[in-house]
Amino acid sequence: MDMRILGRLTAADALPFYSWVAVGGAVVTVLGLLTIVGAITFLRKWRYVWTEWMTSLDHKRIGIMYVMLALVMLVRGFVDAIMMRAQQAVALNSTGYLPPEHFDQIFSSHGTIMIFFMAMPFLTGLINIIVPQQIGARDVAFPFMNSVSLWLTAAGAGLVLISLVVGRFSTAGWTGYPPYSGAEYNPGVGVDYWIWAIQVSGIGTTLSGINFIVTILKRRAPGMKLMRMPLFCWTTLATSILMIFAFPALTVTTALLALDRIFDMHFFTNAGGGNLMNYINLFWIWGHPEVYILILPAFGIYSSVVSTFAAKRLFGYKSLVYATMAIALLSFTVWLHHFFTMGAGAGVNAFFGIATMVIAVPTGVKVFDWLMTLFRGRITFHPSMLWALGFIVTFVIGGMTGVLLALPPADYLMHNSTFLVAHFHNMLIPGALFGYLAGYMFWFPKAFGFTLDERWGKGAFWCWIIGFYLAFMPLYVLGFMGMARRMERYEISAWQPFLLIAALGAVVILAGITCLVIQLVVSIRKRNEKRDLTGDPWDGRTLEWLTSSPPAPYNFAVLPQVRDIDALHDMKRHGSVYVRPKQYEDILLPINTGAGVLIGGLAFVFGFSAVWHIWWVAAAALLAILATAAARSFRDKTEFCLTGSKVQEIENRHFRDLAREGVL
Amino acid sequence: MSPVGDDTALLPHDEAYDERAFGFWLYLMSDAIIFALLFATYQIMAGDIAGGPQGSDLFSLPHTFGETLLLLTSSLTFGLASLALDAGNRRRVLAWLGVTFVLGLGFLAMEIHEFHGMITRGAGPDRSGFLSAFFTLVSTHGLHVSAGLVFILVMTVQVVVKGLSRPVSSRLERLGLFWHFLDIVWIGIFSVVYLPGILR
Amino acid sequence: MKRAKAAGGRTLGSYLTGYVLALVLTAVPFGIAATGALSMQSALIAIGASAIVQVLVHLRYFLHLGLRSTPQERLLAIAFTAVLILIMIGGSLWIMLNLYYRMWA
Ligand code: HEM
Ligand SMILES: [Cu+2]
Repeated sequence: MDMRILGRLTAADALPFYSWVAVGGAVVTVLGLLTIVGAITFLRKWRYVWTEWMTSLDHKRIGIMYVMLALVMLVRGFVDAIMMRAQQAVALNSTGYLPPEHFDQIFSSHGTIMIFFMAMPFLTGLINIIVPQQIGARDVAFPFMNSVSLWLTAAGAGLVLISLVVGRFSTAGWTGYPPYSGAEYNPGVGVDYWIWAIQVSGIGTTLSGINFIVTILKRRAPGMKLMRMPLFCWTTLATSILMIFAFPALTVTTALLALDRIFDMHFFTNAGGGNLMNYINLFWIWGHPEVYILILPAFGIYSSVVSTFAAKRLFGYKSLVYATMAIALLSFTVWLHHFFTMGAGAGVNAFFGIATMVIAVPTGVKVFDWLMTLFRGRITFHPSMLWALGFIVTFVIGGMTGVLLALPPADYLMHNSTFLVAHFHNMLIPGALFGYLAGYMFWFPKAFGFTLDERWGKGAFWCWIIGFYLAFMPLYVLGFMGMARRMERYEISAWQPFLLIAALGAVVILAGITCLVIQLVVSIRKRNEKRDLTGDPWDGRTLEWLTSSPPAPYNFAVLPQVRDIDALHDMKRHGSVYVRPKQYEDILLPINTGAGVLIGGLAFVFGFSAVWHIWWVAAAALLAILATAAARSFRDKTEFCLTGSKVQEIENRHFRDLAREGVL
Repeated sequence: MSPVGDDTALLPHDEAYDERAFGFWLYLMSDAIIFALLFATYQIMAGDIAGGPQGSDLFSLPHTFGETLLLLTSSLTFGLASLALDAGNRRRVLAWLGVTFVLGLGFLAMEIHEFHGMITRGAGPDRSGFLSAFFTLVSTHGLHVSAGLVFILVMTVQVVVKGLSRPVSSRLERLGLFWHFLDIVWIGIFSVVYLPGILR
Repeated sequence: MKRAKAAGGRTLGSYLTGYVLALVLTAVPFGIAATGALSMQSALIAIGASAIVQVLVHLRYFLHLGLRSTPQERLLAIAFTAVLILIMIGGSLWIMLNLYYRMWA
């Protein structure tokens, strides 16, 4: 083990002078950070940011911070993507503008960022903001743990970002397969950045999963039976179950790889009795459930959006619930389809191939349910609805290519080709990301009290979907033409036209991202025109639209009484919305604390020093985390009381607004 | 929300303790998966000795039996601490926690002794795939036991300082779940690692 | 007393029963391993069976799991965990042994 004070951290190794493009990336990253810090300092907002946001235990604020992290990382991940598209567009018989080592870092960081630090925080954030409100709860079960989860995720993201400035990132892809990712072939810090970023954020994810399960099972409003929960709550429950049962597999996989790298162990090495195939086995025990972790919440969002903007109750509610739970279990039985080509016998491959096709059945059921919900509905073409419609059409294509890949003989041809790249982007972009964006535009007014501009929202949608088709349909063709994934240069000129189209697609997606930015800026500027005082801008059907926008810290002054699936719609029909009690009761709320930020910060220090083998700092950080947790456990009184009269004041304001809008 | 001083801080509502117990239960389930995968990995790599020593060269039946007795007895003594908690007897809670701590420490000492002996004989975790898997599985359990010991210390201080208040006893319940869980994992370890290793 | 009720009926008797059963179920497999009295295969089966029974004993007498007394969601969680452990361990062994067999056998 390395016993130097700074481990293997030396200026020569640390700074990114191996490529000018990398220096540019480092400069942009540092400038971005400085801009944020500078802006907060200049506006003298540090106290506000600290007391109202960073230390907040309010699930809505934690959710908003998650989504902010996700949007920043979406931009970063997209920059990686468009750089790869540009490289492949020009790299026919030439080296392009990226040295191979740098290109490899880019596809590795793109995949890692998009999965762990864009999609995961995005869905966790939306769940945090909405699910407690949908079940009629005042908070999540463990508000402090929620904050810890957030800051662990942020610490992981921080590790990926800083790898651009100090040292370099992994070149082993987002999957980090050994032996290439082992110390023998990859002695540098890249793979370690990847390992610790994932390890730290993965713990945060497991804790989130526990939090959401307990919240959903224990905190539902009176009358909110399980079979009355909005579908988004069901998909959240399924996703959380997958989080706590699948993430341990990722923890084990990356931990064993770290042991190989640090202590010269022989789990996955070529020599010494290692078995690298077990890495691939363990990785995908997590990996396949992970894709459902990403997509199930999106399914829930589509369900909310479709039924709201078709003004109809969801068709086949029960079948959707059963399909969701069936997917949750079945997703643990198909992992081998990611490595059909590793050489297992026909019996094994056939079993997992068939299991994979079986899982397509409940997914198909869902598509029909959404279609039937739309059928004869009064459809409003809100941007969220556009994302949902774009999803349904595009997702069917992706699903069919997936079933194709589930056939082992076909997979032998397409494995690791751009056909696969096209397939999983087809699931992840229209499947997951469109869902999150639909949720973002749908619930934005709930979080901030004003709606997002619809024209720019529609612009964003059209750019994204057109860009998506342009960027990824050519990859299906290229896969059939034999192009492998992760190529930084090639000699076959027939490929280039398709790669040019794909690059054009990335440019159109860039326009889509620009629309998203403009939409946000325009909406903030015009927030007074776009103010929603009712808390219910879309004639909502579920309980999150019963609260004010943004909701009071306690969400519901009086816990709602639920009698039907679309609880709010049912109340509206019976005229029992917005009834006021004679007197408001006192409400207990969690007291804010900086301990979550502290633990996240220490985890970042731990990760960074583990990457650079600065072991004494790593050990100290770990001890400090333990000490923080132990000290926190001494605190019994973690709540404060918002008195009934304070609640009354807040509610009075809300009801004045309601009256002004003429809803009462 | 506005900052609140300690004087106005309150205990959470009653159901919160039930939620915490369930949340902790879920954590244990998640942890069980970690162990399950380490067991699977061990089983997969049990034959990958790379020309080095194998289980029967390294394991000692009496030693493992001793470890087992210590851990098993500590489960009983923790149970006695729980009974004392039910009876609201603070001194007995402390006494049994102390005994449990000593037994756990004894277990840990035996384990470290075993590891030390193996490493000095050149059978460390870097010797072969089999030994990597062995050390990782067994020491993951050992690390959990160490965490449990720290947890016991923290709770001892809390019982001394705060008495058997509601929050403290709810934490003791969770510590109990954790401790008994570790004993269950150990059953797996001697049945999958040591005994078959000696038989081989 | 309120606390005793919340604890799910644990008594000195249950802990002692559990302890004695666990001792027996430990002594049997260790005895088998020490004496080598059984053939390899039957020894492994006996060790495995004792382990499974002992796990159940611990769940019952130390963790006080009962089909009626334990909250339903906890039982569901542990049952689901058991199924997943079977899938993950069983699946891993199936896959890896199959590969092993095809490469070296
Ligand atoms: C926004 C538009 C996107 C574009 C233009 C894009 C483009 C690309 C490109 C060019 C690659 C490398 C393909 C190759 O290996 O040849 C790639 C890989 C990948 N992308 Fe994307 N992507 C986008 C969005 C996403 C999203 C939203 C996700 C996940 C939620 C994602 C996940 C991945 C993963 C996991 C890889 C594999 C990385 C690896 O090979 O290790 N991408 N993407
Ligand atoms: Cu899969």
